[in-house]
Amino acid sequence: MAGFVAFFLFLGYGFDRVYFGGGEFVFPIGTLTAFGVGSASALTSYYSGDRAVLLSAGAVSVDRALSAGASDGDTLKLRQLDNVVEEMSIAAGLPKPKVYVVPDPDPNAFATGRDPEHASIAVTRGLLDAVTRDELQGVVAHELSHVRNLDIRLMTVIAAMVGAIALLSDWTSRGLRHGSVGSGGRRGRSKDKGGAAVVLLVIWIVAILLAPLIGQMLAMMVSRRREYLADASGAELTRNPLALASALEKIEQAHAPTPSVKRGTAHLCIADPLGKAVGLRQGWAPDLLASHPPMANRITALRQMGFQA
Amino acid sequence: MTWIALGIVALVVFWAIALYNRLISLRNQVLNGWRQIDVQLKRRHDLIPNLVNTVRGAMEFERDTLTQVMEARARAVSAIGPSDAARKEGELSQALGRLFAVSENYPTLRANDNVKMLQEELTSTENKVGFARQFYNDIATKFNIAQQTFPSNVFASMLGFKPAELFEITEAAERQVPAVDLSMRK
Repeated sequence: MAGFVAFFLFLGYGFDRVYFGGGEFVFPIGTLTAFGVGSASALTSYYSGDRAVLLSAGAVSVDRALSAGASDGDTLKLRQLDNVVEEMSIAAGLPKPKVYVVPDPDPNAFATGRDPEHASIAVTRGLLDAVTRDELQGVVAHELSHVRNLDIRLMTVIAAMVGAIALLSDWTSRGLRHGSVGSGGRRGRSKDKGGAAVVLLVIWIVAILLAPLIGQMLAMMVSRRREYLADASGAELTRNPLALASALEKIEQAHAPTPSVKRGTAHLCIADPLGKAVGLRQGWAPDLLASHPPMANRITALRQMGFQA
Repeated sequence: MTWIALGIVALVVFWAIALYNRLISLRNQVLNGWRQIDVQLKRRHDLIPNLVNTVRGAMEFERDTLTQVMEARARAVSAIGPSDAARKEGELSQALGRLFAVSENYPTLRANDNVKMLQEELTSTENKVGFARQFYNDIATKFNIAQQTFPSNVFASMLGFKPAELFEITEAAERQVPAVDLSMRK
């Protein structure tokens, strides 16, 4: 997270140096504008994002599903889900979030909402059918931990910065094409600063062209760390890390894309809903680009908590 | 020199205010946690007559077990004080456990959707009681640590804070269960 802020400040500082003059102190107008635009879009998603996400996933609230006349076995499953969510919110000392079911055969689950008072937890039909009560408890505890750790807020701030970085990068590459870099206030100063300034400029240009990619990678890094944290604090709630481990195993075995869940919510799902093969492999490429850590590593970490690894 | 002394005094005062507010907030959370346990126990008392009525017909031959559950419930409802309640709720849990064990012998009962649903509700209530206690112990421990660590302990007792009592298993029989199971299940 700190690395993220530093990266963003470096880009923004360079942008303002290049375009708005070269005094010792530069008013960071470009940085502020980019951050403002990025924040505006992120804030919109912060306040209405949960409804949009639930709507796009086709989620149905458990109460609605129950009153719509489910079969007996179904009613049992749905009541069980509702009970498990209530149990976990008691364990966490949080208000009970709204509970939704997503009609999707792939086992997955996600949490959304801006704070514990406005949180929702959604579980796919596939998950309900695949896991036992204890395993469901582990999954719900994981999702509730995202709520409790305020990951939704964190990822919104990060989305704002990724957006701002992309904007800065976009503006610069347009500027480069029209040959405006180095015009502004920098002209005439390069002589007395000499080589160091040129080197810094080159580094900055390379950085800003790669920025959208790097920003995305940093965002995914934060997301992966929060997944481990949610696994661990979920286990703290249930005191039963092995149930979550075996739920993760089942989810991994049935690993297919979860088409109901769109890209923007990936970091709040229990397993990567895009079903990318990289999510399952280890190595440097998946480590940089996946929103979730490798399943095997998560399962091992949980088993170690249960003294079973 | 006097300014430095005044600054230090001001810092101490601010720190004491922050500490006091933190302890008050924790104490209220502890009280709330304790009431949560009561809410869940009450829910369990309300559910048990339903369960017994549903299984009564199919379990003609287990009249004793059923009566024991109802009697344990009646005793738990009329318990006075936390330690008395803890003991009687423990007995009720055991009676329920026996009922579930015995009901394994009645396949028709186990296939009955009503019974399954009731069993789910009861399992959930047992869990809720357990998690409410767990949360109470977690928050009470936090409260106690906040009071007993240095230098807070000097002020906490002056301000009249007392450590909260943790919930403990009173029944020897209940205590044996986790001793057998090393898989970190609760």
